[in-house]
Amino acid sequence: MKIFNKFVSACAVTLALTASVSAESIKIAYDADPVSLDPHEQLSGGTLQLSHMVYDPLVRWNQELAFEPRLAESWEQIDPTTTRFKLRDGVKFHSGNELTAADVLWTFNRLKASDDFKAIFNLFTSVEVIDDHTFDLKTSEPYPLVLHTATYLFPMDSAFFSGAEDNGNDKAAIVKHGDSFASRNISGTGPYKVTSREQGVSVQFERFGDYWDTASAGNVDSITLTPIKEAPTRVAALLSGDVDFIAPVPPTDLARIDGDGATDLVTMPGTRIITFQMNQDRVEAFKDKRVRQAIDYAVNNVGIVDRIMRGFGTPGGQASPAGYQGYDASLTPRYDVEKAKALMAEAGYADGFSITMMAPNNRYVNDDKIAQAVVSMLSKINIKVDLQTMPKAQYWPKFDERAADMMMIGWHSDTEDSANFHEFLSHCPNADTGAGQYNSGNYCSPEADALMAAANTETDAAKRAAMLQELEGILYEDAAFIPLHWQNLAWGARKGVDAAGIVNAMNFPYFGDLVVK
Amino acid sequence: MFAYLMKRLFQAIAVMFAISLISFAIQDNLGDPLRELVGQSVSEEVRQELRDELGLNDSFFKQYTRFAGKVLQGDLGTSYFFKEPALDVILKKLPATLELVLGATIIIIGVSVPLGVYTAIKPNSLFSKIVMGISIIGISIPVFLTAILMIFIFSVELRWLPSFGRGDVVHVFGPWSTNFATVDGWLHILLPSVALASIMLPLFIRLIRAEMMETLQSEYVRFAWAKGIRPKRIWFVHALKNTLLPVITVGGVQIGTMVAYTILTETVFQWPGMGFMFLEAVNRVDTPLIVAYLIVVGFIFVVTNTIVDLIYGLVNPTVNLSRMDA
Repeated sequence: MKIFNKFVSACAVTLALTASVSAESIKIAYDADPVSLDPHEQLSGGTLQLSHMVYDPLVRWNQELAFEPRLAESWEQIDPTTTRFKLRDGVKFHSGNELTAADVLWTFNRLKASDDFKAIFNLFTSVEVIDDHTFDLKTSEPYPLVLHTATYLFPMDSAFFSGAEDNGNDKAAIVKHGDSFASRNISGTGPYKVTSREQGVSVQFERFGDYWDTASAGNVDSITLTPIKEAPTRVAALLSGDVDFIAPVPPTDLARIDGDGATDLVTMPGTRIITFQMNQDRVEAFKDKRVRQAIDYAVNNVGIVDRIMRGFGTPGGQASPAGYQGYDASLTPRYDVEKAKALMAEAGYADGFSITMMAPNNRYVNDDKIAQAVVSMLSKINIKVDLQTMPKAQYWPKFDERAADMMMIGWHSDTEDSANFHEFLSHCPNADTGAGQYNSGNYCSPEADALMAAANTETDAAKRAAMLQELEGILYEDAAFIPLHWQNLAWGARKGVDAAGIVNAMNFPYFGDLVVK
Repeated sequence: MFAYLMKRLFQAIAVMFAISLISFAIQDNLGDPLRELVGQSVSEEVRQELRDELGLNDSFFKQYTRFAGKVLQGDLGTSYFFKEPALDVILKKLPATLELVLGATIIIIGVSVPLGVYTAIKPNSLFSKIVMGISIIGISIPVFLTAILMIFIFSVELRWLPSFGRGDVVHVFGPWSTNFATVDGWLHILLPSVALASIMLPLFIRLIRAEMMETLQSEYVRFAWAKGIRPKRIWFVHALKNTLLPVITVGGVQIGTMVAYTILTETVFQWPGMGFMFLEAVNRVDTPLIVAYLIVVGFIFVVTNTIVDLIYGLVNPTVNLSRMDA
């Protein structure tokens, strides 16, 4: 921290001298603060939100789910397994060092060594430095998601993070539990520097004077991020004017924030799908496709979104949300109780059967209420459900044990790509490759798996989309799982804070571009 | 006196040992700490490596003896989330909680004594009936509801008071920063203190009232009236002093309970104390921090009870500590 403080006072002097035109400062309240300042310690929404404030990726998503160049000025594929990137000139780190391709190489190697991030970079073999501002990103086979993955590459200041601390520890070390240099210090290229931080209490950011993106309209000079765990308190803090920007907004308070004259509500369809899986190894009946379809027909997704989510979600018939390559608009939510009963009778289960169900009660929006609703919907086709809900801390070990016949899981694709859903949720479980790690239903379709494998080496976007849509079609026809809805995202902001301009479906608000009037 | 304190010290150690054993035994049921440490797509293999590294795959006995050995050297483990020694984390959060408890205690004493005495002296007055009525409501509303209601009224609607956090604190020494040095600090601590006090306040008003009414019926008070002593002296010196003994006993126990209630109050107000820290630790399955918290709170309980016993001796000199069975 000492380094920081010196650094901060030096920068404060510089800032005072340059005297920026407008000096807006805002307070943000999230439900939690980032677990660490190290961008590679844990792959989570909080880490990525922080990364977008203090670092810059090579490319990033815009609001239309397209790529926007950031530190990479341009790129081209020079052969099926190599993409050549050109770095922006004159980009400076917070420490004053200049960004070069060597920093990208260094960061890439660190990502490959990170427990959490190495899976995403699995197919990437190397970064080859051509000159100071040019490098090649190589994959082991043709890979369609090079740019998707480049959104995870936030170059770190290799000079700043190299060498040893006074106590002999390597500054580059990634430590999951315990102290490390990188978890306390930051030098990125991003719009904000971290000036102070007390875990669980607040993080202070100050705009970086030498930020490269001078075209950005962002005019916020300092940001205070405070975690406010309790949703009602977070909402009250916004309504009372104690903070200027909050996320997430609980469904119960959407109307209140929208209706208040001093605040604005911004919502957006999210990409996290909430599903139920039916364990075929535990329940014989679930092996029958007709029974699974019957359950899908019995569950009223639209009703759940209307009543329980108060419209704060998009009912889904598949895993991929609109905008993803695998999204097939014809796969709509199914709901028809009569049809469900007929399917049950056809499969020989007209009298139904009894099953167990588990769901978390503090992981997804209204997760326990959704589970209760599904229980009553299933009773209409004579499936008696013994439901147990529990906090996520206890739920996940149960999920790993596959402890109930039906289990709830929500999934957000780390790569913002359709294949990721299948790989983790519905792929034939395979302990060696890790595929189907979260497939508690034990659904297995070699045909679907072959399609995913083919899609993952298909670099032609149109062909790949066709494959992934066919894959979604198979899962739909087989009723591999019960898709419920994609959770919406919501942010609340004081009027004058242009939240709508900086938010996106990934939930990484780009605060560097935030305009406050 | 010395023997008594030694006895208490051993008692404290025994209590903390028992707590550590129990909290260690239940920690497996709290969930899997790995879930909070790694991302969703991390493979089972990597998870197992991490579990080995953390020693989570060892037997209960091995884990506990390793933990106990470290405790003897003053190391209560390292928090997964804060990445610092658990005891340091707790000591950093302790001042915020103690200030909150202090604020609530001042409110409780300042309000319950006059109201308790008044309602005992004039049980049939309209004001007494209103106080008793409100205290019934107060005792039956859970603290988080009181807290949210107050935030809604005083922060959102009236905008008189801030809705969360500690505001401007002034550093005193070590981990202690105080709320009581700035106006902003006072404004921030007001709502949480009132919310915390609201749980105990009705209890104390009723307790003081009941004790006081009983004392007012006693022979020596009647004798005092007969002697023609001024009413104020009878009420506040003769009667109140004898009312206080049971109140202090209950108070000592309740201060411990108040530490428990800080968990809810601090969570609602995002108060950066150890109660909020504990709830977060449970949510994050930060087992070393949970165990350390329980041990520290056990210690606080024993200490407050010892202090209460000592105050006993001051209020009532006939209580002999050296002979008292603790």
